[in-house]
Amino acid sequence: MAVKNFVVASFSDEAVLFPAVKKVRTAGYKIHDVYTPFPVHGLDHALGLRETSLHTAGFIYGITGTTTALSCMSWVFNSDWPMNIGGKPHFPLPAFIPITFELTVLFSAVGMVLTFCYLCQLAPFVKKHIFHPRQTDDLFVMAIEVTPKTNAEELKSFLASIGGQQINEQRAETGWWYGSFAKDDRVFETKRVEAVNA
Amino acid sequence: MHLKYESTLREPLVDGVKDYHQVTEDIISPIEAKPGMLWYVGFSISLILLAFGIFSVTWEVYYGTGVWNLNKTIGWGWDITNFVWWVGIGHAGTLISAILMLFRQGWRTGVNRAAEAMTIFAVMCAGQFPIFHMGRVWMAFFVLPYPNTRGPLWVNFNSPLLWDVFAISTYFTVSLLFWYSGLIPDFATVRDRAKTKLRKLLYGIASFGWTGSTKHWQRHESLSLVLAGLSTPLVLSVHTIVSFDFATSVIPGWHTTIFPPYFVAGAIFSGFAMVQTLLIIVRKILKLEEYITLGHMEAMNKVIVLTGSVVGCAYLTELFMAWYAAVPYEFATFYKYRAAGPLGWSYWIMMTCNVITPQVFWFRKMRRNVAVTFVMSIIVNIGMWFERFVIICTSLYRDYLPSSWAYYRPSWPEVGFYMGTFGLFFTCFFLFAKYFPVIAVAEIKAVLKTSGESFKKDMEKYEQQPAEQFEAGLHHHDDHHHDTHGAVAHAHN
Repeated sequence: MAVKNFVVASFSDEAVLFPAVKKVRTAGYKIHDVYTPFPVHGLDHALGLRETSLHTAGFIYGITGTTTALSCMSWVFNSDWPMNIGGKPHFPLPAFIPITFELTVLFSAVGMVLTFCYLCQLAPFVKKHIFHPRQTDDLFVMAIEVTPKTNAEELKSFLASIGGQQINEQRAETGWWYGSFAKDDRVFETKRVEAVNA
Repeated sequence: MHLKYESTLREPLVDGVKDYHQVTEDIISPIEAKPGMLWYVGFSISLILLAFGIFSVTWEVYYGTGVWNLNKTIGWGWDITNFVWWVGIGHAGTLISAILMLFRQGWRTGVNRAAEAMTIFAVMCAGQFPIFHMGRVWMAFFVLPYPNTRGPLWVNFNSPLLWDVFAISTYFTVSLLFWYSGLIPDFATVRDRAKTKLRKLLYGIASFGWTGSTKHWQRHESLSLVLAGLSTPLVLSVHTIVSFDFATSVIPGWHTTIFPPYFVAGAIFSGFAMVQTLLIIVRKILKLEEYITLGHMEAMNKVIVLTGSVVGCAYLTELFMAWYAAVPYEFATFYKYRAAGPLGWSYWIMMTCNVITPQVFWFRKMRRNVAVTFVMSIIVNIGMWFERFVIICTSLYRDYLPSSWAYYRPSWPEVGFYMGTFGLFFTCFFLFAKYFPVIAVAEIKAVLKTSGESFKKDMEKYEQQPAEQFEAGLHHHDDHHHDTHGAVAHAHN
């Protein structure tokens, strides 16, 4: 994606975080993201994020499963190899229900999880920049993008005044790269150097 | 003060004085410590059982299913009994993680992770039995419908046994996805606090690069909710379909319309018993008594006494119908060969363990007694194993022709196979308890401030206030902060 500069502040409690988010947004700063150790309800709205449509995707996958199951089974029983099984009809809908249901659920679940992983860019061996190691433990970490117009020093003191702690500046890749969390491989830094050299 | 407020009358879900970091510390530190002596002993025993199971199965595959004591009359014995038993055990995990989520039962957060793990391992064990019962196990893939060179010879989509293939494999896949998607954030927690390189590397891979971004959490919440919504009918369908294996046949004792709800209730009953067995050990060894509290155990015991009574009702309904239907074969199966006859003892073990003994859980004192709960959980598991044995074997062993009548006791490879699945189950569970966060860390943090004991204490002073004063306090806040969107109102104090 892109390498950007950020001012990063940590908050120790959601009761401090919520008013801080509001104030930062009113002040006109661009919040890149807030990283939390658990889902904080209402934070997505506070940040002005739109609702996710993941469930709609799930519904479409489910419908796909239903049609796949019904069409495949009826094709097999009616057209590809019609067989007389105890004189039963070739389109025994009640007997098709269990498999149709199972495939609906299977398609929906697998499809949704894959879509979730795609949207959030989650996969094994994927590495992303972690702004603060305790953002998965007990801190609510707010990263604010530093644009050419931003006065970083002013922003830092502003964040301190609204309850931010451990305020610092970080230069980070916003996307993901293949890497190991055991190594401090700041791929984006080397890329930048190469670009400068070229 | 949190606006999402829970009455102090409601029992706390997390005992003791905790903050977010302490929760991480309590649940993750066992992963970082060397396992104790007990873990090694338990793990070794599991591995030995697993090895013996593999030996027994190899023996069976080499010599054929003839080494089992199944015969012409009793074509399904221990194998299918064990299959149904293990599948049933799995159901509690999905009930806790999915159905209780839809019903907004907060107490599920403490136990769902371990229960879901149990589900996955139990389904793995269950799957072995029908596969190896096929005899020529190398042809097991014949159950899959794919265009083949044998005609193409398709599977019979009318057959409940094929429905089972779809049900069990879907159930396993969906449970695994649900479980793992919940694990990703917790793996990230382990990763970010890891001190050793290896741990950082492995949990880094397992956590899929999770950062805890708000947008990701929003999607994660949506995903969990929809997966719960999908798993709820799924779990009911799985045991319904298992019961169809029997109910769609014309064998007296199997040909019963009450089988689906009866099987589902029985599955949840046995599953909760297994959850109790495991969690009583886990909370003790990993010192998680503050997260898996007596309140959690009591809630599960309530489910046990409820489902146990449903099962008891089903037993009595069956008996009534066998008499009321006035079909001599049905009557004979239930009254002459189940409740009496050479295998009658198994019926009475079933009745005692499943219907009579669980009634102790009508008493609060018993529901909150760890020792009683542990013993009861074992008894229920035995009882539910016998239920399946009774349904399968006592319906088969007295055939229409007295010349076909037979008795059935398992041979050593059958027993070995069953023990082997215990080995598989506990090997997986021991590894899980050592390397995985056994409690959903993020979920506990999400309920901590409403349901934690120390936070509830802070609420007491508000509960003493008259309503007007309480409301006035809230308005006073709104003047200052319009930004809460109803999620959080800020500290009075």
